[in-house]
Amino acid sequence: MLSCRLLFRKEGLEKYISHLDLMRTMQRAFVRAEIPIRHSEGFNPHPKMVFALPLSVGCESGCELLDVDLLADPELAVLPERLNCVLPAGIEVESAYVPERKFREIAWLAIHGELIYDTGTAETRGSELESFFRAPSLIIEKKGKRGAVELDIRPGIRELRWKSGGQGQIALDAVLSAQEPAINPDFLIRALQQNAPSLAPDFAAFRRTELFDKDMQVFR
Amino acid sequence: MIDKRLEQILPRVQKPARYTGGEYNEIIKDKAEVDVRIAFCFPDTYEIGMSNLGMKILYGVWNAMPGVWCERVFAPWGDMEDEMRGAGIPLYALESGDPLAEFDIIAFSLGYEMAYTNVLNMLNLAGIPLYAADRGGLTPLVVAGGSACYNPEPMADFMDLFLIGEGEDLNCEVTELYRAARNAGWSKAEFLRRAAQIPGVYVPSLYEVRYNADGTLAAMEPKNGAPAHVTKRILQNFSDAYFPVKSIVPSTEIVHDRVVLELFRGCIRGCRFCQAGFIYRPVRARDPKKLIEQGKEALADSGYEEVTLSSLSTSDYRPLNELCDGLLDFCEPRNVSLSLPSLRADNFSMELMERVQKVRKTGLTFAPEAGSQRLRDVINKNVTEEELLNSCRIAFQGGWNGLKLYFMLGLPTETDEDVVAIAELAGRVLHTWREYAANKSRGVRITVSTSCFVPKPHTPFQWEAQVTMDEYKRRVTLLRDTMRARSITYNWHDPDTSYIEAILSRGDRRIGAVLEQVVRTGGRMDAWDEYFSLQRWLDAFSACGVDPAFYAYRERGKDELLPWQTIDTGVFPDYLWRERESAYRAEITPDCRRACMGCGANRLLKGGVCDA
Repeated sequence: MLSCRLLFRKEGLEKYISHLDLMRTMQRAFVRAEIPIRHSEGFNPHPKMVFALPLSVGCESGCELLDVDLLADPELAVLPERLNCVLPAGIEVESAYVPERKFREIAWLAIHGELIYDTGTAETRGSELESFFRAPSLIIEKKGKRGAVELDIRPGIRELRWKSGGQGQIALDAVLSAQEPAINPDFLIRALQQNAPSLAPDFAAFRRTELFDKDMQVFR
Repeated sequence: MIDKRLEQILPRVQKPARYTGGEYNEIIKDKAEVDVRIAFCFPDTYEIGMSNLGMKILYGVWNAMPGVWCERVFAPWGDMEDEMRGAGIPLYALESGDPLAEFDIIAFSLGYEMAYTNVLNMLNLAGIPLYAADRGGLTPLVVAGGSACYNPEPMADFMDLFLIGEGEDLNCEVTELYRAARNAGWSKAEFLRRAAQIPGVYVPSLYEVRYNADGTLAAMEPKNGAPAHVTKRILQNFSDAYFPVKSIVPSTEIVHDRVVLELFRGCIRGCRFCQAGFIYRPVRARDPKKLIEQGKEALADSGYEEVTLSSLSTSDYRPLNELCDGLLDFCEPRNVSLSLPSLRADNFSMELMERVQKVRKTGLTFAPEAGSQRLRDVINKNVTEEELLNSCRIAFQGGWNGLKLYFMLGLPTETDEDVVAIAELAGRVLHTWREYAANKSRGVRITVSTSCFVPKPHTPFQWEAQVTMDEYKRRVTLLRDTMRARSITYNWHDPDTSYIEAILSRGDRRIGAVLEQVVRTGGRMDAWDEYFSLQRWLDAFSACGVDPAFYAYRERGKDELLPWQTIDTGVFPDYLWRERESAYRAEITPDCRRACMGCGANRLLKGGVCDA
């Protein structure tokens, strides 16, 4: 048995499938590629797969990680190619390797966002956004298991860079806390909706671009 | 293939992956090499439509035609529909993202009557005129096929033509004729006149319908050379027929998310209430070796973790053991499970169940349909109480502790004694558990469900009146008051949907206006409780001056002209009448394997011999 980590992208149309859907899709791809993976024991065996960080429906990612145990000992270098030819177009495996680090060491993730405003001018918006997020604390209300809870997302924001594009578009590059607490990029939009509605975009789309450890070294 | 406007909508709707396409094995063609584009529409959600074996087969068959690109279209759920209307996005096909108006043929798969309103709503969402008469050109041609087209009349005004019977060959013939028509520049009328000459094609506009003063049908006269009767098409060699080994694997979960093998078409049983049992005749089976190969290939190609066997009565497949053995040899080492639906209570085999479902003995379902032996004889459901209890005993001994029993209320000749007999039967099942259960500590859960009987066209009960909704409710109360044991749960379906279904399934062309009115007043997704509104239907009937009771509650006379009389299933109408008379005498008819009763369906086969 061989532990294996896959680095893959989830983008295009496949960004709309849920985490559970992704698990099924990956599992089926291994079957199609005839790469047997370890299943759980018990009455109802299911394949053992561990994803690094769940990704929201609608969010793209260029840096998803998945751990599986391979039952045979296939050549890892050709694994991506074998999987890619049986995966739907929006999921593409970039590399397969033996993992050396634990997922819990992931501390930060870089995201890129596109914010679209249907009305208004974009000239001052960039600087207004910048000053809004400069506040020492940013409380948002989110739905927890026991009703609404408040969360200060400010400590989970390490970097924010805004760039005005044309036609009411603003691009955002950010580094956010990956775990404990996980700062979903949507929280940034929610902070605007709840505290500065005039700055809230009409539409926002995000992409996860990189994973880092606590020392801001790329995590693989 | 989605555009910017959709991209802004999708994050706001439930389960957006239903609206994007892009799944594994989706067929994408180069438009430059395509001259006929087909929008294959399923008038229900993605999850339901993608589970439909007929869709998978015909998607493959159509796309195998050179120059033809067949794409899928499903009905959006309400939230998505509202967003699409709000943004002015017309209904589009999943593969290309192109709006339906750009297609040559818009083909609906119509499996059940409650989807009729979705057909109209989808046409409306596509910006295509609902009425065939309002679509003057050859393109787009709007057609429908499927089991809910065996009485095409309620939808007759909306469709250019109906495809009656199995579509594997028929769909291709009509598509080729369409291509020829367009290349030659025929008018729509000229195309339809010629299409009506293809066996299995029903062109409703070529029939003049007249009514008697009492509202019954006086005549349906064919014109322009259309045939007096349209005989359904069947595949002559089902065993060698196309099977979609490579089919689309949805990225998001659907209802039946597994490989489906079709063992046979038709059914040997002849239950008198069952439309499928008559319209899919004659029985034709597929070779087990072929099925095993197809199952293996489909599992390997899809990566699915489950394979199921499909047909009207799986346990009647003669080589079932051979098939299961062959599949299990492949499945077991790969953690693939095999499931067997449609088992009959009379030949339930523990050995078989043990082999196929090694895990999770949670639920088992039997459908005795009626509580008393007399009434089961009336409907020709040839299951005896002894056989049922025997199957229950085997199941309980084998460790099952949950059992569901399905019944219909309102069957012809049903009395209060028959209703109470359902409770008595459930009580004896419970007694069987007490006597034989392998492990009583976990308790038992017996669930009894009833629904209101809907008389269907092309069955021996096609002349029957449905019981009124009030009468159904009275029988439900009677049954509920008789069923007292704590381990027995009783669920009953509302009669509302059954009432509308009864009207639609035996409706004539005057129902078309009602359907339009329902959709105009917001009706859609009528197969879903969340959307169905009886009041909306009742309002539409009164707005259109149509009496619903005329269709649901009226017994038809032997000589009355029935709206579906143009459609010939191969079964003699006289045979159905004789079966009705047998029903009233509570006389059973042996299954086709025991004796051929001469229903007539064998005439559809060259050589005239069924494979019962």
